[in-house]
Amino acid sequence: MSVQFNTQNIRRRDVLALAGTGVVAVSSIGLFAGDAMADPAAVAKAIKDRIGGKKSMAGNITLELPQIAENGNTVPIAVEVESPMSSSDYVKAVHIYAEGNPAPDVATFRFTPDSGRARVSTRMRMIKSQNIVAVAEMSNGKVHMVKNAVKVTIGGCGG
Amino acid sequence: MAKARVKAPKSVKKGEVFEVKTLISHKMETGLRKNKKTGKKIPRKIINKFSVTYGGKEVFGSDWHPAVSANPYVSFFVKASASGPMKFQWTEDGGAVTEKTVNIKVT
Repeated sequence: MSVQFNTQNIRRRDVLALAGTGVVAVSSIGLFAGDAMADPAAVAKAIKDRIGGKKSMAGNITLELPQIAENGNTVPIAVEVESPMSSSDYVKAVHIYAEGNPAPDVATFRFTPDSGRARVSTRMRMIKSQNIVAVAEMSNGKVHMVKNAVKVTIGGCGG
Repeated sequence: MAKARVKAPKSVKKGEVFEVKTLISHKMETGLRKNKKTGKKIPRKIINKFSVTYGGKEVFGSDWHPAVSANPYVSFFVKASASGPMKFQWTEDGGAVTEKTVNIKVT
């Protein structure tokens, strides 16, 4: 369901009342009229703009997300990158992207050898079920990438 | 602008890697919502930058987009080098800055 992201002020009861009539879909389209939505291609482009032509590798990066998020307004997310975090070998930055939100970018986190450990936890918004992508840029120029799917339900409706 | 909270250990051993948790109250208005009465878009107002300095250097920095939840929470790690202030800065769209400083005691 796509009403989570932009309708914080709509009460659950209203949403439930609308759900049977299909108005939810119409109203959420109306709210986003004129706004492009992100998709996997937009995320791929955002990543390419960020890291250039470098090839990304799997592994060394873990993305912690719930499989099912009941409340898309605040979904806990954590990224950890394996690295010695020494002055010669450390994680420079971690970028998070969402394939199904109105915009692909979520956040960028920059680390230094003084971070000691390349791990960050935060909370993000998800308008609907989608894939989340995390990209780690290492000091040696390597890029690691991971993708996880999250299913977003309206709290309490199950799914 | 907003009320910020930081949780860090009272004292740490030199070289120890410790976790710092931060929370700031902020609506993180996405710019996509509409005022239900007027139909007009509510302008975007989010915290777009959060950075942490310790020992005179930036040890953790971040750029945020509207997909970061309201009342942003972030936790991260820092390696203890020397006793001193750790400064946190949240920068809002328009340039307003909320600052908070905690003292890190390294033993």
